[in-house]
Amino acid sequence: MKRRWFELGLIAAAALVVAVMPFLLSNYNRSQGATVAVYLIAILGLNIVTGYTGQISIGHGAFMAIGGYTTAILTHNHGWNDVATLPIALAIGFGAGVIVGLPALRFHGAYLALLTFALALAVPQLAKNYSHFTGGTEGLALPTHTGLWLYGLAWATATVVFVLTWVLLRGRTGRAFRAVRDSEIAAASSGIGLALHKTLAFGVSAAFASVAGSIYVLINNFVNPDVFGLTLSLYILIGAVVGGLGSLWGVVVGAAFVQLLPIGLTSSNAVSSEAVPVVFGAIVIVVMALLPQGSAVILGGIAGLPNRFRRSHSSYPPPRMEAR
Amino acid sequence: MPANLRPWIVPALLAGLVIFLLVGSLRSALFAQQTVSGLANGGIYASLGVALVLIYRATQVINFAQGAIATFTTYVAWQFMQWGLGYWGAFVITLCVAFAGGIAIQLVAIRPVERRGNVLTVVIASIGVLIAVEGAVGWIWGPEIRFMPSAFPVRTYHVGGVAFSLQDLGTIGVSIASVVVLWALFQFTKLGLAMRAAALRPNAARLVGVRVSWMLSFGWGLAAVLGAIAGMMAAASPSVLLQPNMMDGVLIYAFAAAVLGGLESPLGAVIGGLAIGAMLNLLSSYVSWVTPQLLLPAAFVVMLTVLLVKPSGLFGRTRVHRV
Repeated sequence: MKRRWFELGLIAAAALVVAVMPFLLSNYNRSQGATVAVYLIAILGLNIVTGYTGQISIGHGAFMAIGGYTTAILTHNHGWNDVATLPIALAIGFGAGVIVGLPALRFHGAYLALLTFALALAVPQLAKNYSHFTGGTEGLALPTHTGLWLYGLAWATATVVFVLTWVLLRGRTGRAFRAVRDSEIAAASSGIGLALHKTLAFGVSAAFASVAGSIYVLINNFVNPDVFGLTLSLYILIGAVVGGLGSLWGVVVGAAFVQLLPIGLTSSNAVSSEAVPVVFGAIVIVVMALLPQGSAVILGGIAGLPNRFRRSHSSYPPPRMEAR
Repeated sequence: MPANLRPWIVPALLAGLVIFLLVGSLRSALFAQQTVSGLANGGIYASLGVALVLIYRATQVINFAQGAIATFTTYVAWQFMQWGLGYWGAFVITLCVAFAGGIAIQLVAIRPVERRGNVLTVVIASIGVLIAVEGAVGWIWGPEIRFMPSAFPVRTYHVGGVAFSLQDLGTIGVSIASVVVLWALFQFTKLGLAMRAAALRPNAARLVGVRVSWMLSFGWGLAAVLGAIAGMMAAASPSVLLQPNMMDGVLIYAFAAAVLGGLESPLGAVIGGLAIGAMLNLLSSYVSWVTPQLLLPAAFVVMLTVLLVKPSGLFGRTRVHRV
């Protein structure tokens, strides 16, 4: 009971920070804050498929590209209201995730990593090629919005997605996902449909990434194939792992890590802006060496503080990935 | 279904491909030219693909940083040439730098996480290396496109109305030679034997006195050397050029080559690389709607098809899982 109150307090504090933040920031920093929410949504999606269901995906930037282009094409070419495109992006993203998830049923570990990595590089090439839809390398422009509006939209969506994920994962489906992750054979023997749950995980995951892509495009008010380059996919995966796979609160830490750390490094003048990727990559390597389960270990420790003297409490088992 | 495929399917497919390329080349000069320049690209994919296979066989890890490391070493070669060294001098020095660099990266970034035995952690560490090394290239040399000199003079040979460029022939020659040297190293030296032992049976190898972790580092060094050769060949080709992200696309073709070859077979990666290089080049010159932008998605489709139809590739072993 004590633990529950402690957690609720943490949630309230986090919500308060997110709600008050935009009024303390400049317009530019508000859109940076909105981008944190974009990463949060995309990493939540990736965490469902990689953290909870155990299927590696390095290509979630591809799903973000699908959502981003859905929004851009509908608003730019067909005059839609931009917020109205979000449900469409969600639906198309779900479809794309199911299509990718179907062949992924047969692959594990390294092979799935290879395929999704290739997907992340292949999708922007498609956008370059079919330029009469997508504007090619020149891209498409979208209506501009104030930083406050973007911040509100991004964090409101992030909150909805977070709650949806929590509801999905706490019940029967979430248990089935985790069972598939821990042992496919055991899960199948206890009557869990492997195909259904893996494709469902891929679909939901891609749908969230797709919405994240839509909002990302709205924040940039511009889209071209380079927006969804390889780096974006890599950053989402890094965020998910640094935050802690299989941990919902870790996702928040991961999103802040990938968006704010490079900005912090640049603005602190500690390193020149060209050197930021080098330092960022080095930090990723160090974090992996010291904290392979991500921030979830630390977060679990904090959340467990009230219980510390009552019993040893570990509710964060490390996710197991199969080698192949 | 894959297990039921007849054993003669793979040789038959390869023979069919070779006959197709030969007959086409004999009938049309353009076809022959495109085949040779495709095979030259394929040689590059093959070198990088073998580098991937080398690391995958030893540790079951895909090295996503392979392309970035190759780019870095190619810039090193370019820098030495700027300082006035001849091509082959710079080439040899670069291979030494690559070998040392590969070992250093394995020691610093990969070995500390490998001990934990989690595949995903190692994948992220290699992605960290990818970001850091590619960032280092941009930081040191800037984002501009550089001109990388070629090892071979710009000259063409005419054989029966077909113009073969020396550049293409040289690229094929260097890639094949480097893989053959590597094969000889593994087959005929004590070091190679120890490395094979360390990759296949780490515990047994340790018992007979092989220093397994050093052998793994060595494997990374050799992979980096192969990557450096691929990078230097690729940067001289007009379709790639020397720029910080030049190997991103090449890496995907190398993935496709490795997957086509079965991911565990160096010979498979070589044949896969040559086949993919030739087929993609022919595809883009004969099918009008296949633009250069569609070649990467095509490589993706090749990978997907191979994995769906025959996941063990042309030469991979079919693994049987015990429940």
